[in-house]
Amino acid sequence: MPIVLDHISYTYQPDTPFAAPALHDVSLTIKSGQFVGIIGHTGSGKSTLIQHCNGLLFASEGSATVDGMPILPKSKDLKEIRRKVGLVFQYPEHQLFEETVAQDVAFGPKSLGLTAAETESRVRWAMNMVDMDYDKFHDASPFGLSGGEKRRAAIAGVLAMQPKYLILDEPFAGLDPNGREEIIGQLLRLNEKGLAIVLVSHSMDEIARLAKRLVVIHEGAIVYDDTVKQVFGKAAELAAMGLDVPEVMKLMMLLKEKGLAVGQDTLTIEEGQEEILKVLTNNTTRHT
Amino acid sequence: MIEVRELHYQYEGKNEALKGVGLTVPAGQFLVILGHNGSGKSTLAKHLNGLLLPASGQVLIDGLDSQNQADFWALRQRVGMVFQNPDNQLIATSVEEDTAFGPENLGVEPALIRSHVDEALVSVGMEEYKERAVHLLSGGQKQRVAIAGVMAMRPKVLVLDEPTAMLDPRGRREVMSAVHKLNEEEGITVVYITHIMEEAVAAHRVVVMEEGRIVMDGSPLEIFNQVEKLKELRLDVPPAVEMAHRLRQRGFPLPLTILTIEELAEALQAAGGRPADALPGSGDAAKPEATLCP
Repeated sequence: MPIVLDHISYTYQPDTPFAAPALHDVSLTIKSGQFVGIIGHTGSGKSTLIQHCNGLLFASEGSATVDGMPILPKSKDLKEIRRKVGLVFQYPEHQLFEETVAQDVAFGPKSLGLTAAETESRVRWAMNMVDMDYDKFHDASPFGLSGGEKRRAAIAGVLAMQPKYLILDEPFAGLDPNGREEIIGQLLRLNEKGLAIVLVSHSMDEIARLAKRLVVIHEGAIVYDDTVKQVFGKAAELAAMGLDVPEVMKLMMLLKEKGLAVGQDTLTIEEGQEEILKVLTNNTTRHT
Repeated sequence: MIEVRELHYQYEGKNEALKGVGLTVPAGQFLVILGHNGSGKSTLAKHLNGLLLPASGQVLIDGLDSQNQADFWALRQRVGMVFQNPDNQLIATSVEEDTAFGPENLGVEPALIRSHVDEALVSVGMEEYKERAVHLLSGGQKQRVAIAGVMAMRPKVLVLDEPTAMLDPRGRREVMSAVHKLNEEEGITVVYITHIMEEAVAAHRVVVMEEGRIVMDGSPLEIFNQVEKLKELRLDVPPAVEMAHRLRQRGFPLPLTILTIEELAEALQAAGGRPADALPGSGDAAKPEATLCP
């Protein structure tokens, strides 16, 4: 069962002089287990869109459902919807507030009415998923952690709800390369375990490494929804929307302009390296 | 000129964050500071305009001592700070009011305030939004207004702590080009902290911090060609440098002058166009490699 947004539109502050249309006739289906990237310039409607996926915002028009449960203001399923669809906001570490890491991660599961033992096992599991050693960190103050650790603790708090879908808004912003790599590894592992992941990011290189499917939002509408390779193939169109393609693709485009017959659909450094070696080695063979 | 001498600093109840930092930044330099989270970059940055004061050591900006009460406001005007999250830096309701906040407080004449504000907004590409309400802007637009607010005070030094971390690719390019323009055309000294390695390649100088100390200091080429050392420091290199490094490791002779994908493409074109003796598989290929990448 999927998350289904069916022809939804949304306007902030409707029927006032400040009315700001943010989404227009958007349809999107996120199936379980998928890894979907969402890109769009700031103000394109990405954040508004993802808030419709777990009932933080309700569509002005159209319908939204999670595993068949309608996302409506008075839906009795709203709590279950919000458990199933975990939302990790930008700078989630700003939402840490408890005295210890374990208490913070336990906040969500506790509200589900689980027993103390169940809650603890959830906390252990969630901390393990983000590579935080329970024994080392459970009693630590969240405010004494490093930037990367804080973010992982905050993500663990969402994971502890055992969501089926995890939506992350710019999870790499402000992290150093090491912290970024750690979270990338954890997202891949969670996805392998069957968790659907929706990644909103301005970092095209990270999107290229992680997502299989890529959705582009522009001026409140979905303009592309296809495989990552297909979408990044539209370099000129993306640039016109204030977006970009991964650095490796730019390199391949430059090489092609210079007359080297390299393929144009390599997304990562690893793929690009093999393609360059293949093509330049073939050149050698031809010369000799 | 920025002079930091033997700077030590410790947050209450924590390990020492700065353990004897010495740094001289000549006027007009574009300096990038790299380092993983917790290495002391932001702590150092906050000393440059007296947001933090040294536990020991000294910070001098054009001879003004951050610990000298009498120089304090002159120093604050001279060194403008821009942080990662623009929401914490905007106070007024409209874009132009927000941008005018700094110069108004400095007592700049009203007529001059108008031109300072207009120019500052143009420099970050926000002139069309000057009457817009700040709270209706997107994150990227807000950050450009925050930078404009600092620029309107006509500082000599601009300290930016991950100013593009929250921006989309276009916003990032606009901020980068605005900062470079200020550096090149107005001679503003720039201290730029980032985790995005591509943003460091156009700097005059790159400094790497680790455990409260400066551990590397050189031109972008000198720094980024030390790929292994940077990885040990849990840092990264720009994608073009990474790719060139990997190709060299596979026996491909590429010059050590590559920082951007444009430079890499040129070098590969040169290699691809050359006859076989310059390419892998031939006897020569391993030799230059050995000297390039010991």
